[in-house]
Amino acid sequence: MAGTTLAAMALPNDTDPKLAEYAHPERLVTTGWLAEHLGDEGLAVVESDEDVLLYETGHIPGAVKVDWHTELNDPVTRDYVDGARFAEIMGERGITRDTTIVVYGDKNNWWAAYALWVFSLFGHADVRLLDGGRAKWADEGREMTTDAPKIDAVDYPVVERDDSKIRAFKDDVVAHLGSPMVDVRSPQEYSGEKLHMPDYPQEGAVRGGHIPGAASVPWARAAADDATFKSRAELEAIYQDEQGLKPSDDVVAYCRIGERSSHTWFVLTHLLGFDTVRNYDGSWTEWGNAVRVPIVQGSERGSA
Amino acid sequence: MSLPPQLAELVDDFSAVGPKDRLQMLLELSRELPDLPERFADRAESMEQVHECQSPLFLAVEVGDGGERPVHLFFSAPPEAPTTRGFASIMYTGLDGEPAATVLDVPDDFYTDLGLGEAVSPLRLRGIAAMLARIKNQVRAATG
Repeated sequence: MAGTTLAAMALPNDTDPKLAEYAHPERLVTTGWLAEHLGDEGLAVVESDEDVLLYETGHIPGAVKVDWHTELNDPVTRDYVDGARFAEIMGERGITRDTTIVVYGDKNNWWAAYALWVFSLFGHADVRLLDGGRAKWADEGREMTTDAPKIDAVDYPVVERDDSKIRAFKDDVVAHLGSPMVDVRSPQEYSGEKLHMPDYPQEGAVRGGHIPGAASVPWARAAADDATFKSRAELEAIYQDEQGLKPSDDVVAYCRIGERSSHTWFVLTHLLGFDTVRNYDGSWTEWGNAVRVPIVQGSERGSA
Repeated sequence: MSLPPQLAELVDDFSAVGPKDRLQMLLELSRELPDLPERFADRAESMEQVHECQSPLFLAVEVGDGGERPVHLFFSAPPEAPTTRGFASIMYTGLDGEPAATVLDVPDDFYTDLGLGEAVSPLRLRGIAAMLARIKNQVRAATG
């Protein structure tokens, strides 16, 4: 908060037993934990949704809104905002570099995970997801409000984005061909069938299919019916036993524009403890339009 | 090509304010979207889904037999999809009750004048363009 000079201490971790099974339980909090800590010094709650107006219909008390379309993206270049703009976005929401951020959102935290991934590009240390997101909080009948939070703007430092560790560009993916990849889109998008549906030019790509060698694991398979993440054992059964990925693998995940794959990036990195996972945010809207990159159609992975 | 009066008024209202207020207007419109009449309740499958919207939206179009063939619009979208409801409400407020010929004359890109691109993002605006296209298709089919 403005006026205080001491840096706030990070909030305690949620010691919930389900979370404790994950590789990095400090990256998640339960709805019960959040309810208990709402209003604590050093905590910021951020809502990030697919629907740009959902926050305005009611949100967790004190939560601020960050919209990826209109705020996290650079308005001209296809890229994220730079360090100066990011500092403004955070500072005007009362977030300092030491703040513990809990992000939540609609649709199984799809966009919340995307916001968390972008915050991670800027190296914000303590950023967590609310397990179950907006739906679970609302379904439990917990308090929602349309009152705008009272925020004192603070200074957030200008930090240069680090695109080298958790982000992959097209050239990186070309160099990565033959190594593990996960395509998190729907099976119809993976096979290439979806682009051929009449009247639905929504993919914005001139070719359909997937990157050779990519495993098909639709992102929402990681979510349980109540929008929480599946248990560690269930996630291991999908990504490791069924798909053959190993925590020591160098993995690239992609979807259409990089949003759904940041959810999978979160699962592999923070819940299963994979060492090296990069999100290819260019994803199919870049690959499916790029000249002479290899593409496989149909349900088989294929090879480069 | 011109806009029917209610739609023209909406476009004027939106373009008169800044992006933040446009979002607020869209929120208010989303709350004003009429509930689906009872007679549609048990025949949701007869409605057309607008796949281009990010959240499920169903649409029905009825064209009256009399005189200028007035067009009536019916929408179904969940409360957790306020943006989609707002787009539907623009269509309802602007076009419901208008003659078929007037609806068909609405320029396909009329929504660009709402100035919502900056407030909502161009990607999200695909939904409203698709809604108008599907309404026109149904009006054409009914009057053709």
